[in-house]
Parts: sequence; structure tokens; C-alpha cells
Amino acid sequence: MKRIGLIVNPIAGLGGRVGLKGSDGEELQRKAIQLGAVPMALERAGEALKALLAAHVDFELTTSPGSMGEKSALQAGIAAEVIGSIASVPTSAEDTIRAAGEMVQRGVDLILFAGGDGTARDLCKAIGLEIPALGIPAGVKIQSAVFATTPRHAGEVTAAHLRGETELRPAEVMDLDEQAFRAGRVSANLYGYLKIPYLQRYIQGVKAATPMSESGVHTAIAKELSGRLKPGWLYIFGPGTTTQAVAVALGIEKTLLGVDAVMDGKVVAADCSEADLLNYLSGGCRSEIIVTPIGGQGCLFGRGNQPISPEVIRKVGRAHIRVVSSPEKIQALQGSPFWVDTGDPLVDDMLNGYIEVITGYREYILYRVA
Amino acid sequence: MKDIRVERFTNGKPNLRRFHQASWDEPVIFELGQPGQRGILVPEVEEGIRTRVGDALADLPEGLRRKDPPKLPEMAQPAVLRHYDHLSQENLGVDFNIDVGQGTCTMKYSPKVNDQLARMPEMTELHPLQDESTVQGILEIMYRFEQILKEISGMDRFTLQPGAGSAAIYTNASIIRAYHDSCRKGDQRDEVITTIFSHPSDAACAKVAGYKVITLYPDADGYPDLEALKAAVSERTAGLLITNPEDTGIFNPRIAEFTQIVHAAGGLCSYDQANANGLLGITRAREAGFDLCHFNLHKTFSTPHGCGGPAVGATGVTRELVRFLPVPLVEYDGKKYSLNYDLPESIGKIRPFYGVAPVILKAYAWVMALGAEGLREVAEVAVLNNNYLMKKVLSIRGVSAPYAAGRRRVEQVRYSWQKLYEETGIHSDEIGVRSADYGVHFWTSHHPYVVPEPCTLEPTESYSIEELDEYAAILEQVAGEAYSDPDLVRSAPHNSTIHKIDHRPFDDPQQWAITWRAYLRKTGESR
Repeated sequence: MKRIGLIVNPIAGLGGRVGLKGSDGEELQRKAIQLGAVPMALERAGEALKALLAAHVDFELTTSPGSMGEKSALQAGIAAEVIGSIASVPTSAEDTIRAAGEMVQRGVDLILFAGGDGTARDLCKAIGLEIPALGIPAGVKIQSAVFATTPRHAGEVTAAHLRGETELRPAEVMDLDEQAFRAGRVSANLYGYLKIPYLQRYIQGVKAATPMSESGVHTAIAKELSGRLKPGWLYIFGPGTTTQAVAVALGIEKTLLGVDAVMDGKVVAADCSEADLLNYLSGGCRSEIIVTPIGGQGCLFGRGNQPISPEVIRKVGRAHIRVVSSPEKIQALQGSPFWVDTGDPLVDDMLNGYIEVITGYREYILYRVA
Repeated sequence: MKDIRVERFTNGKPNLRRFHQASWDEPVIFELGQPGQRGILVPEVEEGIRTRVGDALADLPEGLRRKDPPKLPEMAQPAVLRHYDHLSQENLGVDFNIDVGQGTCTMKYSPKVNDQLARMPEMTELHPLQDESTVQGILEIMYRFEQILKEISGMDRFTLQPGAGSAAIYTNASIIRAYHDSCRKGDQRDEVITTIFSHPSDAACAKVAGYKVITLYPDADGYPDLEALKAAVSERTAGLLITNPEDTGIFNPRIAEFTQIVHAAGGLCSYDQANANGLLGITRAREAGFDLCHFNLHKTFSTPHGCGGPAVGATGVTRELVRFLPVPLVEYDGKKYSLNYDLPESIGKIRPFYGVAPVILKAYAWVMALGAEGLREVAEVAVLNNNYLMKKVLSIRGVSAPYAAGRRRVEQVRYSWQKLYEETGIHSDEIGVRSADYGVHFWTSHHPYVVPEPCTLEPTESYSIEELDEYAAILEQVAGEAYSDPDLVRSAPHNSTIHKIDHRPFDDPQQWAITWRAYLRKTGESR
């Protein structure tokens, strides 16, 4: 019988909802918890295991103690073999690296790990291409191509792997410099490769760069959008080069990576947290969300724009979501639909279906969210 | 490789030819001229005639007279003839190669006898401002050709005025607007729906006509997405502009549902039949529920493509929409043919006069030579040729036909070299360029490349089985080279007049201009 290893980075994703753009470093983690952040990795790993169980494939599970995996296995109702120990609380990169090494020695067939890009880098250091691995997305930044699109999909892909229905491919481990990210610069580096089981629709593609030649397209999108902006409305601009370029073409000084609130052509609050946005919305003003899919993977909500939380989306309403994208960015998805992973299944369901994408002046594409 | 000087065929299959394109190494004609050189001298006008006529130019209004002579190159006639013959040899034109690689363009062989008809003085000496009583012949041909198109499409009236496919689509979009304006819904209905694999002119022309354009992506099987259409229609829908089969060569079997959904929402449906080569005598716009359609005579109806014109995009409509057609319409009262300008609700003129008469004559001659059964045979042979070629091409390593797996295509196929690219690093356009070293070429696809590493082939009815075999053999040869010697392919062409062209300026709006004045504006120069 095949053996799956599970490693959870329990502090992954702490910074997301509170608008901190990452969770690397102890001080930031403390700040995140002070701001009311709830660790999600443990629960998301549990969701992945439940999806794996639902596929009715036989397997055995080996995991690390406590919050590094054991708790998730218990949550899913799996009696797992627990190996190794945790050296520090909160856990550190060293803990992840050591745990991965122990799993290789134990002879697992695939390591499922819950975390973000930082966790993927640790795995890469520990196992390289030695055995297959697959990420359960639980971090703030997901630049790497080694993650399934949602925890449930991670479970489904793992089940497919156990059934021998996948092929193994090396996939990029990327990471942003978090300090640069918070300072408004994207500098993603390639840190190496993990061997992942591949099922076309379910793996997040490595983020595609937005070429400069798209500037004309962004101007055209801005022209179309400008005809639809109304005075007195609150416009919540998501992060990304597309939304920023469009905002700049509209004369709005938007941050590259933050979620900014705009009213009457001016940024009223840059780099908002979920609480900031809810605060504005509670004032009763009418609002729209302007977002762009992540290049190469098509995520609309739940990756890098967590301040636009399920609550924010619910308050604004689906009809008031404006998606902007160059046609090339849509084409690069090769037919894979947009997807969302807000953390609230009801909101995810509400967002499913067809959505209009502004791709130029008077140009729209109707695209599926699934 | 076999030496084809010794053996042209092996087991009935053509061996690869060793091709090399001509290279005459000469500049453009404006740089070829030399002061003092000239063509033949025409004899002076006789004195008696000169006295009777007087100054022949005296009647020309002052504003029409040029102040300086045109800056034409000064050249002897044989030098001009040689120059243009050289240029033709430096091309891979339709009469030079097995031209199946321009999928969607329908590059069929156009019989030369039809060109001879169009060059007859009875045709060339006509003028569009002649009184209609003196041009009954060409009006009769226009009228009769309209009856033929009505039968082929099921539509009730046609205009032959639009000068190309895009002009026809613009005409259709304008008629849709006029219809909704007449229902006082013109302002509300401001959206046109199309699909990503319909010809891009459908989106572009609708936009030029002022519409907001919503493009649908295909469903998982590559068919136009019915659910997306349902989500797209609303009280703002003006119309659907759609191709079928799409540029993938896949026929939309639910086309009648598409038109029903749009009609139920209050919109009109326009069928882009620019290329109808696989459907002649088999399906009709009327039965599929369309309100408008158009044919490119320079595709399906065998009047050659003319480098941007002149051509004809014949536009047909149902009875309800006849009142909006461009004027004039050609009428026949049983005795004589006349031009009818009395359409108060007409969208006006799309182009001067009545349509490009020589093109209409050639199309009429082509249809009359074939007859109704012949037209259907054209479609059948075109579809047969395409599916024969598809079978051959899909046996080549590294190529696939995305979507609708296992299903046949109509008259063209959009292939993908994605697998070959992944395995060799060679792109589709590099395969196309290397093919030119063997005397053929292919076109990839419109941008953006929704099908990765695309290649669109359309063999039409014109090519023989030996020619299709030769074309497929060339692709197989080049694909094999991509695997065995990718650098050979990457550095191609090796046997062509010119080497690679830098495409980047074409993608940079700052560097090109579509008119001389636009260029001057863009560069800030004034000459």
C-alpha cells in the first residue's frame, strides 16, 4: 500500500487577511496574531485529507507531531503514524526541513505539505526531486507552480496519483522577497523544482509575467472602465500589474500589491486590510471590486488579495465585481476556468458561473469561474 | 532523400523536391529609374485632329490639375516588365505553390478563363455612371447572381455592394443597428456577442459600428459554449455575429439553439459565411435561423484574393430586413433591369456604386460552369480533401488537432505543434518558415493563439491527392528535422529570397501607421 507523508506549516497564511502580505519572520507572525489572524494551514490540510478519503483509495499516512500534521489527520479522522519531533514553538523552517528528511527515510511515496511559497522552498531544500510532493495552498503568497488550486483539489490530485492517473513533472518553486513585496516591488526568484503529480486543471501555473507591450491594452481597458466609474462610489482595486496599470491610466496612484480603496478618482486608503474595507463598506456607500486574475493560473480571489475577504465580497455583491485582463492573459490559461478560493465555500459557490472580463475598449470576454 | 531528377514518385507518392527561390537582388522600382530613360513613344496626334479638338485638358477644372508632374521612376518598358516578373518569382504566391497553408482564406484555384472574361472590353469599358439602359448586361448578371446567392443561403435579398468581408460584416452590424433603431431599442441594445474562434473581423467590425463586444470562449470540447451564450444574452443584446464552422474547422451542431436563444432575447443573428466552402448545397443560413449572412466572393466563389481588394462581400438578409439594405438594389420588372434607390430606411452606402463588377462576373461565370450539383461537389471534395489531409498530418510526430477529439472537421483544421514544441523547442512559425525551403508555407492563426503553436490548413477542392501527399510529406520532413536537427529548422529559411524578418515593429503601435498622414503625425515629421 502506498504511503503519503503530510507536513503542515502551522503558521503559514497568518499575514493574509490582516493585509500583511506574508508571514515570514517571528516579529511579523506576532504582529499578525495581534491583529487577529487565525492560522488556517491546519484546517486546510484537514480539508485536503477529507477529499482524499472521499476518493476511496487505499493509503497509509505518516505525519509530524501536533500542529505540524497530527492535528489535521485527527480532524479528518485518519489514524496516522506520527514520526519525529518539533524543536521550536512557533515552528521554524528547520522543523519543516527536518520533517521532510524523516519522511524520505520512512519511504513515503509522496509528501503533501500545507503552506505557502516559503514552505515550498523548505521542501525543495530538503527533498529536491527525490520524491514527489504536492502543496496544499495555505500561504499568503502562492507564486510557485507546486500547489494544487484548492485544498480539495490537492486531495483529488493525490487520489489520482495513488490510482496512477497522473504524470510527474518538475514544477517551479518561486518566492517573492517579502520585504520587497511589502515595499511595493515584485521580485520573484526561482528557488528550484519539486516533482509534482500533474493533472492539467488542478495545479497553479507559475505566474506569467505581464509583458510591457500590454500597456496599450491597459490604456484601452482604462478607457472602457472610466466610462463606468460613478461619483461617490467606493472602488476596491485588487493587487497586480494589470489593476495598477489600469488605475495609473485613470490617473489613480494605486499600490502594486496592496488592495486600495478609491473614490472620485482618488485613493482614499492604500494597502487596506479586510477590517479597513469592511469599515468603509459599513458606511453604506455603493461599491465595486476591480480585480485581475493571477497570470498563468487564473485565480480571482484568495491569492494575494485576501483583504477582499468573503465578507467584503458578500457586501459588494457579485454583480459589482469588475474583472480586468489583457486578452493574452486569458489565452494563457489555455481554457482552464478562473477559480476562487476565498475560504468560504458559500462565497466560492456564489462566484462560480460566467463572469464578464473587460479586455479592452468596448471589448469583453465572458469567462467561466469554476 | 530521393533524387527527384531520377525519380519523381516512389510507390505513387511524390518525393521531396529540391527547391530554391529566385533572388534577383534588386531594389524597389523607385530606386531603379534613371533620368532620361523612357518607355515607348506614342505617335504625335495628327494636325487635323489637334485643330478640331483644341486643348484637350482645357475642360479639366483648375483644382484637379497637378502643379508638378508625378515623381514616377524613368524606365524603359522591358526593364519594368523584368522587374515585376522578378518580384513574382520572389514570392510564394497561390499559382506557385500547393497553397493549402492559408487556412480560413480558401485559396482555391481560380480558372484563368474567368479572368479572361473580366478582361473583355465589354467589361473593362463599362463605367458605373453610365445610364442604366446602356448597362443592362452587367445588371442582368448582378441580378441573376443575386438569385443564385438567395438559393444557396435561403435569404430573401442580397446586396453586392460591400467591397470585402469586413465591409460585409460592418454592413450586417449597421443593419442590426438600423433594425433596433426602428424598434426604438437602438440605445438599449448595445451589445454584440461573438465567439473567440469566429473570424476576428466579427468582433472588430461590430466594434467599429459602435457596439460593445462580448466574446465567448469554447466549452471543454471546443464547441461554442451554449451555457456561456445563455449567460451573455440580455435586454442589451443587439445581435450574434458568428462563424460556423469556426476557424478550428469544427461545425457547431447546436447552431439552431444559438439562434433561438438570441432571438428569444430580442437580438438578431448574423452568419459570417465568408468561407462557406464546405457547406455549399449542404446547409443554409436560413434553416439555421439566421437573419443575415455574407459570402466572400474572393473565397468560396473563386474570384482571386486581391491583396486587400477589390473584392465583394455579398450580404444577404431576410425579408424583414430588406428595407435596411444599402442602396441601390438591382431590380427586374420582367422587361428591363433597373437600380432602385427608393429605400427610405436604408443604411446608405457602404461603398460607391453597386459592387465590384468584374469580381461579380467572375463569380457568376464560376457558378454557372459548375451548376447546382457542381457546387455541392465543390463542398464535398473540399471536406474530403481536408479530412484526408488531416489523417495524413495527424500521423506526423508532434502535431495534434485540439478539441472535438476523434471528430472530423469541415473544410479546414487548426492544428497545434505544442507537443513538438515541448519536445524540441521548435515553434510552429519556425516549422512554417522551414517549409518554405521546400516550396510551401503555412499560416499559424489569428492572435491571440488560443490554440498553442497553431497551424491552419485548408486544402479546398483544388488540390489532387498527389499534391496533398506532397504537402504532408514536407511537413513530415520538417517535423523530423525538428527532432533530429532543431538548429537546421531554427535557422531556416536557407533557400529563400530573404532571410528572417524582424516582426517586432509590427507588434508595436508606436512604430507603424496605416496611412502616410498617420505616419507623419506619429513621427512629428512634416514633409
